[in-house]
Amino acid sequence: MVEKGTYRVKKGMASMQKGGVIMDVTTAEEAIIAEKSGAVAVMALEKVPADIRAGGGVARMADPVVIEEIMSAVSIPVMAKARIGHFVEAKILESLEIDYIDESEVLTPADERYHIDKHKFNVPFVCGARNLGEALRRVGEGAAMLRTKGEAGTGNVVEAVKHMRTVMSDIRKVVNMPDDELMTEAKELGAPYELLKEVKEQGRLPVVNFAAGGVATPADAALMMHLGADGVFVGSGIFKSGNPEKRAEAIVEAATNYEDYSHLAEVSKNLGEAMVGINISDIDDEQRMQDRGW
Amino acid sequence: MDVNIGVLAFQGAIDEHLDMLNKCNVKAIKVKKVEDLDEINGLILPGGESTTIGSFLERKNMIEPIKKFAKKGYPVMGTCAGLVLLAKQVEGQDKAFLQLMNITVRRNAFGRQKDSFESYLDIPEIGKEEFKGVFIRAPLITRTGDKVKKLCSVDGKIVAAREENLIVGAFHPELTDDIRWHKYFVNMSKYA
Repeated sequence: MVEKGTYRVKKGMASMQKGGVIMDVTTAEEAIIAEKSGAVAVMALEKVPADIRAGGGVARMADPVVIEEIMSAVSIPVMAKARIGHFVEAKILESLEIDYIDESEVLTPADERYHIDKHKFNVPFVCGARNLGEALRRVGEGAAMLRTKGEAGTGNVVEAVKHMRTVMSDIRKVVNMPDDELMTEAKELGAPYELLKEVKEQGRLPVVNFAAGGVATPADAALMMHLGADGVFVGSGIFKSGNPEKRAEAIVEAATNYEDYSHLAEVSKNLGEAMVGINISDIDDEQRMQDRGW
Repeated sequence: MDVNIGVLAFQGAIDEHLDMLNKCNVKAIKVKKVEDLDEINGLILPGGESTTIGSFLERKNMIEPIKKFAKKGYPVMGTCAGLVLLAKQVEGQDKAFLQLMNITVRRNAFGRQKDSFESYLDIPEIGKEEFKGVFIRAPLITRTGDKVKKLCSVDGKIVAAREENLIVGAFHPELTDDIRWHKYFVNMSKYA
């Protein structure tokens, strides 16, 4: 008997992406560059986060035409973003046979209270999180992969670092906690108890966790791997830089060889202009994408 | 005899294979460079993205050393993307990577991720009991050379095969708790 869309095949898909780099692309040409550079998947978008930020207004799911062009251009998996809580956008993406849906705070949320019930889908979901409680709530809703939120479209890695450190230190705390403290911890984190128990037993999150939001250089990617990321999402960092081909390949190299510093030095050379970064303190509270979702 | 098994460790489900090898009580080693091949008696090419892993093999100049390793008679196992890497031919592509095994493969043969599936498999070579096959954007084998032995099929499609010291599967044994497939490979490595 054949069973499709099981949680095991959804989670398994994320496992196959480990150690890799997932790149935001807006055209078939960019997708091909990403695939050639060694990306393990691409995120099909109309605008990269930096342009969403600059453009303002309501950011929605991309035009299916853009998504389909990208899907037919590459053989690696293609992901696309739906607004938080917008289960119809997600169903549309599923009907396009997208390989993964990102329920993403980079788009304007459609629901201020509820995320999508992801168990109802055959395709896997990735969701953003800033701490262990948020991560496990998303897994409880059926997310098969997580990514830290960072602050997308800034080219500034500081928030990605903060979120990864928070998640990892939350995990270490739970691992060292006696069993009789777990229920209260679950209540305080707002995390499902069973999942928290699993984290304690396994010493890690129940699903793969990538770093995202502000990764712009090979060193940024390697830093996130050192902090415990299973892989890296790069958004605006590649196609907003001077030499996307070279930078894309360098970031792929860095995610795999993150402990080899002389190699990191080599791949960091002559990459041209990095994307111009934004300081987090220069972004008004209401413009901060990471605060969307809960 | 001590057996060390290597797992090619550029990208993909590396830790899962290392865990399975530990459960088989053999020493598992991450293989990232040519010298690492000197330490091992068998090599696993894990699941992941074949284009990504393949480009690392080229950039690190590991294509020829792995070919040499296999030609010395050491066992090599390919899982999903690893199967694609070992194949002589890949449908629709001019290029194949290691070209060690006399098979032709079709990538993403069962469809996109929404068609990924689990199914019980009959693999007599590893035992009577059915084996849980986890297929993720899986390839299949569309042609087999003379010396290639079919080990398992799904709906008449070949999803596992062996040619002398080379063994491939389109499914992911490392995502289950069943260690028989890995045990089988460890045994091949013991007598290499």
